[in-house]
Amino acid sequence: MKISDFELFKSLLYERSGLVVTPDKSYLLDSRLTPIAKKWGYPTLESMTLQLRALPDEKLIKDIVEAMTTNETSFFRDTKPFQIFQDTILPVMLEKRKARKTIRIWCAACSSGQEPYSLAMILKEKEAQLKGWRFEIVATDISDDILDQAKRASYSQFEVQRGLPIQYLMKYFMQLGEAWQLKDEIRNMVRFSNFNLLDGMSRLGSFDIVFCRNVLIYFDEKTKATILEKIAGQLENDGFLLLGGAETVLGITNKFVPNPEKRGLYIKAGTPAVTGSTTTGFSPAGTTPAKTTSSFSSGLFKRT
Amino acid sequence: MKTCLVVDDSRVVRKVARRILEELRFNCEEAEDGQQAYEYCAKSMPEAILLDWNMPVMSGIEFLEKLRQMPTGGEPKVVFCTTENDMSHIQRAIMAGANEYIMKPFDTDIIRSKFIQIGLIEDTE
Repeated sequence: MKISDFELFKSLLYERSGLVVTPDKSYLLDSRLTPIAKKWGYPTLESMTLQLRALPDEKLIKDIVEAMTTNETSFFRDTKPFQIFQDTILPVMLEKRKARKTIRIWCAACSSGQEPYSLAMILKEKEAQLKGWRFEIVATDISDDILDQAKRASYSQFEVQRGLPIQYLMKYFMQLGEAWQLKDEIRNMVRFSNFNLLDGMSRLGSFDIVFCRNVLIYFDEKTKATILEKIAGQLENDGFLLLGGAETVLGITNKFVPNPEKRGLYIKAGTPAVTGSTTTGFSPAGTTPAKTTSSFSSGLFKRT
Repeated sequence: MKTCLVVDDSRVVRKVARRILEELRFNCEEAEDGQQAYEYCAKSMPEAILLDWNMPVMSGIEFLEKLRQMPTGGEPKVVFCTTENDMSHIQRAIMAGANEYIMKPFDTDIIRSKFIQIGLIEDTE
């Protein structure tokens, strides 16, 4: 790709989505945008770029942004965050929210839906214990195409084998030809909507738990800080934030404090470690990690 | 080092599986059918078994049923690894005592994630 073309896409993607494309990732532009050029009837990516320069079409730009921001995912990706959700966050939140019995979870940048659906399956497994509780899982992504895919909840054989325990496949999926269709009982637990992390977040409402994993890595420091600060604005003071394994708040924002024992888990800065008799998770200093109730350490993450 | 017995009548599949398992730090042993696997287990019980379904002499499901009747046959973690990819086969395998189920084709990621789920290896990432 010509340097001038690279620069064009670089600034376009940064303006529209905050995505930072470095020269070493220019191959991604080629591999992801060539299909877009084909879809729009251009013989080459270069000819599409010419057209984009001359007469930018909003729909084409949207397609380009979506193609570049679609990221890899899998059910129970990385295992541990889901273990933390089940064994650490959930018991603490059930205690804290026992008066209103409602817990709101946000999966930011949910891609094709595996992350919110994994959370939904964990909650479904605990249905008996969670009787009378209301869980709202809001899943957002910048791409309409990927959201359509997420809502369809139809996965390939390859996708259902990466991270999904076979018992969950048997319980929550139906086989339809070559595809595996997630059952409505899980699909109905997740609400999807289109959302750009650069936009104002207040319309989403406030959340108790935010999963924002493996998305900040694509932004520059300034954008990371802006997004994290906006998330802090939507997160309840005693809520939890989960970031990806390669992501951190250190040196970016002081709105969050990492849990020293659970990688990827954060609470809001200035949150008192203990309020009255209620356990509120862990202290920022990491001296009093919450003891989780044993009833939550069963199921998926059982070590035998 | 844990031992994993690979039971598959295809030499190519056994070779691919061996490469992956050795990468995951398993000692790898091979059997060409259920009968050979049964004889191996009678002598020495492995920690893990990667098991094909359709094989001459004795099928994977027959072997699994016989294995689970052996005195220490409940110990190995058994992961089916087969082209049979319909729900009825999966259900039958789990009923017979399989711990996990892989539908071919497979890769390192799939084997690793399944092995982590059933506690055969630690999640080090």
